[in-house]
Amino acid sequence: MSHHLVEARGLTHVYEDDTVALRDVSFRITHGESVAIIGANGAGKSTLLMHLNGHLTPSSGEVRIGETPLTKETLPAIRRTVGLVFQDPDDQLFMPTVYDDVAFGPRNQGLPEAEVDRRVREALECVGVWTVRAKPPYRLSGGEKKRVAIAGVLAMAPDILVMDEPTSGLDPRARRHLIGLLAEFSHTRIFTSHDLDMVLELCPRTIVLFEGAVMADGPTREIFTDDALLARCELERPLTMQAAPAGGHGRN
Amino acid sequence: MHMADALLSPAVGGAMCAVSASTVAYCSRRIRNEADDRRVPLMGVLGAFLFAAQMINFSIPGTGSSGHLGGGLLLAILLGPHAAFLVMASVLIVQALFFADGGLLALGCNIFNLGFFPAFVGYPLYRWIAGASPGSTRATAAALVAAIVSLQLGALAVVLETVASGISALPFSTFTLFMLPIHFAIGIVEGVVTATVVTFVRTTRPGILPDAAPAGRSVAGTAVAFLAVALVLGGVGAWFASKNPDGLEWSVAQASADSETESPSTSIHARLDHWQREIALLPHYRFRDEGAAAPPPQTMARAEERLGTSVAGVVGGAMTLLFAVLIGFALKARAGRR
Amino acid sequence: MSTPAVLASLLDFRRLDLLATGESALHRLDARAKVVTTLVFVVCVMSFGRHTVAPLLPFFVFPIAIIGAAGLPARLIWRKIVLVLPIALLIGLPNALFDREALLDVGGVGVSGGWISMLSIVLRAMLAAAASIVLVAITGFPAICGALERIGMPRPLAVQLLFLYRYLAVLGEEAMRMATAHELRSSGQPMSIRLYGALIGRLLLRTWDRAERIYLAMCARGFTGDFRTGQSSRFGWPEIAYVAGWCGLFLLLRMQDVTHWLGAATLGALR
Repeated sequence: MSHHLVEARGLTHVYEDDTVALRDVSFRITHGESVAIIGANGAGKSTLLMHLNGHLTPSSGEVRIGETPLTKETLPAIRRTVGLVFQDPDDQLFMPTVYDDVAFGPRNQGLPEAEVDRRVREALECVGVWTVRAKPPYRLSGGEKKRVAIAGVLAMAPDILVMDEPTSGLDPRARRHLIGLLAEFSHTRIFTSHDLDMVLELCPRTIVLFEGAVMADGPTREIFTDDALLARCELERPLTMQAAPAGGHGRN
Repeated sequence: MHMADALLSPAVGGAMCAVSASTVAYCSRRIRNEADDRRVPLMGVLGAFLFAAQMINFSIPGTGSSGHLGGGLLLAILLGPHAAFLVMASVLIVQALFFADGGLLALGCNIFNLGFFPAFVGYPLYRWIAGASPGSTRATAAALVAAIVSLQLGALAVVLETVASGISALPFSTFTLFMLPIHFAIGIVEGVVTATVVTFVRTTRPGILPDAAPAGRSVAGTAVAFLAVALVLGGVGAWFASKNPDGLEWSVAQASADSETESPSTSIHARLDHWQREIALLPHYRFRDEGAAAPPPQTMARAEERLGTSVAGVVGGAMTLLFAVLIGFALKARAGRR
Repeated sequence: MSTPAVLASLLDFRRLDLLATGESALHRLDARAKVVTTLVFVVCVMSFGRHTVAPLLPFFVFPIAIIGAAGLPARLIWRKIVLVLPIALLIGLPNALFDREALLDVGGVGVSGGWISMLSIVLRAMLAAAASIVLVAITGFPAICGALERIGMPRPLAVQLLFLYRYLAVLGEEAMRMATAHELRSSGQPMSIRLYGALIGRLLLRTWDRAERIYLAMCARGFTGDFRTGQSSRFGWPEIAYVAGWCGLFLLLRMQDVTHWLGAATLGALR
């Protein structure tokens, strides 16, 4: 149970050119939670995600996954536990066919081919793209690519699913399908997103970042009604929460 | 500059496939030993990048024609020679399969002509001239020389492969006189474009460009550069050396002999003949010609003997030099490995 | 100006790649059989002497039979083969100009060997193009790479080919967007070398960044330098029959002038 824990303690990250991307970030996400990390562009969301599976090392502070600190030795195990889905599926689907791509993770884990096949099938069927398994990724639609990217991560049986901008670039229907899919997962889920309506639907808890620091961490509804906070962090309410009287702007 | 299957004989094609295959094997081993994981996706997408870059044409000032990037030298500057060779090979393989550019048998020739020369002759030359961190004029000069030499060697290789195959009836001299000047011009364009891209990258993202090769390798590079220049000069020298006082006599005799055995001579034929006599350094020559009726035996024998030795000399010399370079590289690499 | 050309290349690539997803018996054969047979075909065709025309004709039966048996779109493939004609004529033209010994007598007019060898070159070019197009159409690129690797191609090159194949369309589309963006603001002016350099330079930088992200994605799923692909095809009796049958035919056509024999037999029968 505890290996689903995601914890950041005083996480600070300073880039080589001295920009401070993350400032003393601390939070604790427990098993099965669904949390959104929101913020304006440049707030540090992507940097934070890169820390969660060890791509970046903190300048100070630490990240713990399930009580295990992130070190070079623990990295392979961490990467099996934390499944990271990138924003651009074209960066993630790098194998010549869908099947090979989803099989990449399990094969790297050294599993026998029969087990690999089982996992791939399960993952592809779970996201609903088993039928396109022989296609090269360049022939898939945006929604299909996103789903295959998720399948590729699911096939590794992670406990924690981290997704960077899951709904970006999707048409309304693909977006709806994806939201429905994500709602069914029982993993610990962490999303970054500009799609605040999706956040409202999927994530009971939200962390707000602004200029690298945590400005708020609490129930999503509460945060989305705190207009002063949202304005300070260069955000606004989700569209569904913006009251729209005829001709009005809906704000406030 | 792609060699085509239609002009290739299996003997030449097979030999070049063997040469390219061994170079591929050598480069693959080199890449594996260097064990830089980051390179795997980088080589892949740079190959796709080169493909895409070749799809876009620019216009060449003053000629009104369009051109595109060859890319061998650029790849070598970005990735080093061994990775660049493999990437070039992959691009050519995909071109042959999907776009019927060249042909399957000709892959051996094309991979060598378009991959080997820029990576293992042009690039060391570039490094030698440009040094560690060149300014834009030096880089341009280096790229120009490197591109011109690589393309000249590549063009010469095409000529040799074509003539050795015996399918084309184009005489060696005419073909050479046609190919070399054109590829000199193409080399200039290639050098300029390569330098433009390198300078752009250097100003926007200098970290990408690798530094000059370590000390050991640059010595081999210099040696290669000298060998390459020697090869080109040697070939040209051989031609001039073979030109005898009675060379002109021979070609006149040849022309009159031809007119005796001739089929209807059109105006094109006559004009070409005239042109050849005026300009050609070497008179008519045919390799292993099967069906053609022979001109008077003594003139043919004399020509064959003279031209056979000088051309064979260039061919043999070129091959030997290049193989020596390859072996030299291999030994150097083995010695230089920690 | 550039954009239609880029688009055409991309469409070509996609169409040919799509054909490989067919379900015919030929598609299902092990790729090694198809690759080897194609190579034997090319070698046989190219091994003819300069002035052969008639003996080349029966070789067209190979691509034609494959197109039929695998259900490939004949018109599409014919169009692709025809594309090589201009270049074939160009490289064959010197033969017509330089090889002027009369070899053939057609109703009192001497036809020079040059024209015959030029025709031979054109036919060779068509056969070579047909062979490679048909191979990709019934095999698919990843399978060809797998076959080549099992025949002996080194792994780094195989991996390189697969990556190139995967990202060709992606980068092609990026290039097309850039070409379009230029065209829309160029007022008909052609692209200068300087502009091309900047454009390509930017594409290069974006590609470099993409490579970095791909590398991260690979590491995130456990990449440690070893590339594993599932191998799952067998070389069985259908494959042996395919290779033996076709190669036998090619050798026969190479050794015997079947066209002449056929013509003579027909004339003999008519007499």
